[in-house]
Amino acid sequence: MSILLRLIIEFFKTGLFSVGGGLATLPFLYEMSDNTGWYTHADIADMIAISESTPGAIGINMSTYAGYTTAGVPGGFAATLGLALPSLIIILIIARFLDRFSDNKYVKNAFYGLRPASIAMITAALFNVVRVALVDLNAYAQTNSIVSLFRPVPILMAVILYFVMKKIKWHPVIFLAISAVIGIVLKL
Amino acid sequence: MKELTELYAAFFRIGCVNFGGGYAMLPLLERDLVTRRGWTTMDDLADYFAIGQCTPGIIALNVSTFIGYKKKGVAGAIASTTGFLTGPIIIILLIAAFLSNFADLAIVQHAFAGIRVCVCVLILNAILKLWKKSIVDKTTFILYLVILFMAAVAPSILSVNVPKAILVIASGVFGILFGRSGKEAAA
Repeated sequence: MSILLRLIIEFFKTGLFSVGGGLATLPFLYEMSDNTGWYTHADIADMIAISESTPGAIGINMSTYAGYTTAGVPGGFAATLGLALPSLIIILIIARFLDRFSDNKYVKNAFYGLRPASIAMITAALFNVVRVALVDLNAYAQTNSIVSLFRPVPILMAVILYFVMKKIKWHPVIFLAISAVIGIVLKL
Repeated sequence: MKELTELYAAFFRIGCVNFGGGYAMLPLLERDLVTRRGWTTMDDLADYFAIGQCTPGIIALNVSTFIGYKKKGVAGAIASTTGFLTGPIIIILLIAAFLSNFADLAIVQHAFAGIRVCVCVLILNAILKLWKKSIVDKTTFILYLVILFMAAVAPSILSVNVPKAILVIASGVFGILFGRSGKEAAA
């Protein structure tokens, strides 16, 4: 079987079975590493670090990387295509269904429960970012003092950003760029 | 064709700056697609994220597909999804080819420590905006607290780790059983 086709099939399976996004792809990526040898476990660790510092999801990044190392640039595209296809197909089916049944009482009621759950998931994601950006769990574990849990400079920066964003409606990208510069200048 | 190109371009831009995973995409979508272009609403985005969370695949791709489909059918879905993927593919190919130690560079680490602070505030703002339409009464507020506890607190403190997809599906079932569609329609 051609290598490109195998890349598409393997990453199609990852896209199909990883529900919940982001880190949900990891168990499948480890398994694929063991089965195919296309990349190592260390590569996955590196890719997690890279995914935290580039745009794009870990699954997308890993598929591009594994595809590239296995079969060059065409491999990068093939693997990423494989990963994306299940999303595309399944969401198209659901979107069609919703178009037809969006006025249905049961569908409406389902969203009565889905919306709070969606916000709860977003809040959980916020906690995850806060955990690495604003608090210092290591310092807290060492000193056991609640004061050491908080990282004053990032927290102050977050508060200032919050009020500036309220006043000035710039594109989020501009604030992201400014924050990157602040991070470099202050060596956060 | 013009609309497809616009969809592709809009999602290409978002894909290039979507730091911090699927949910960090929300503020970008809000600014580019809700405020600037009026292609979708914050309410619809909340629904897409709920569905994207409990269906297979990468959340960001699921949401891109949804918006593209709503705007221009199957072709629109393909345009938005490929648009979203283009930036990350190019960036990873460049890193894989030239910058294997990219993530270890001190300047990159400092920059991303700063970006993460900004992502916190952006996600918080998105939550505040979605709150009003989603947490409409006491029942939805309690449901929110329960799901948040199960998703964020229970895994580390109680070592109980219910898959997020299950939590979302259970919330949908809860809505079907206890929701009142008349009230929803008025909102």
